[in-house]
Amino acid sequence: MIRWLYKFSSPKWFYNLSSGYLPWLTIITTILLVTGVTWGLLFSPPDYQMGHSYRIIYIHVPAAGLMEGCYYLIALMSITVLVWNIKMADIVAKACAPIGATATALMLATGAIWGVPTWGTWWTRDARLTSSLIMLFIYIGIIALRSAMNSEGNAAKACAVLALVGVVNVPIIKYSVTWWNTLHQPASPLSFRDTAANPPEIWIPAIFTGVGMIGFFLIVLSLRTRNEILLRERKAAWVQEMINES
Amino acid sequence: MMIELQFSGLSEFLTMGGYGLYVWSSYGLFLLFLIVNIGFLLLSKRKILAMLKARQARENQ
Repeated sequence: MIRWLYKFSSPKWFYNLSSGYLPWLTIITTILLVTGVTWGLLFSPPDYQMGHSYRIIYIHVPAAGLMEGCYYLIALMSITVLVWNIKMADIVAKACAPIGATATALMLATGAIWGVPTWGTWWTRDARLTSSLIMLFIYIGIIALRSAMNSEGNAAKACAVLALVGVVNVPIIKYSVTWWNTLHQPASPLSFRDTAANPPEIWIPAIFTGVGMIGFFLIVLSLRTRNEILLRERKAAWVQEMINES
Repeated sequence: MMIELQFSGLSEFLTMGGYGLYVWSSYGLFLLFLIVNIGFLLLSKRKILAMLKARQARENQ
């Protein structure tokens, strides 16, 4: 564990590692997203109640998953910052926040659009909707707090504390549909039976767009992290060398 | 499991059984999400390289 932490905490090690996997990840992500979107728009059968409008699910649910996963990663990095004071963890946490914020905005927007034909309203005071909106505010809060602080070290600690306070909201979003009587439906269990409410021909494209979104997240996260490394390590010999060659 | 084309023509595909506006605006926002995230990156990478180079040029004077 400690050994892995030391290796991970080396910005140069991450920079070289990401140079190797980024082209492959980009190819795989493109294939997954193109397959998922094509399948979801053209080949999935229409829902018996919602007709074709349900196709929004192939964007909405992966965006929600990204909002959740991205926040858990920020929380994990925040613990690492506070306990071991590792610079790389703060770089990753900083790189995560704007992706999580845009994913949350995408999830809220597609949900509102879907709500108009399905619920007859784009917004209502529902536990799932409200807690998701709070999540967007928490993401924006973390970004704003960092930009308001001059010292990198202080910003790292303050953002880590704020992120760990905000993590309480993530399970609230997840379980809001079971704890309270919400207009938003609970998750439909995946089934392998064709006659089920959520049969394979509906959820398989969502797996493609979902894993594709994770791939996209990892690409953008890696590239943002690399940029931040260049900035913070500009005095290091290996970065100096790279600038001279560019 | 049946995998077959759900639309018989382009106009049927575009109108999405009356839900065209909702479906296409959602997929449009998804495209915007991808573009915004990539756009931020390209801008900042260019800025960073130019900034670091200018700084180095200053220091070498």
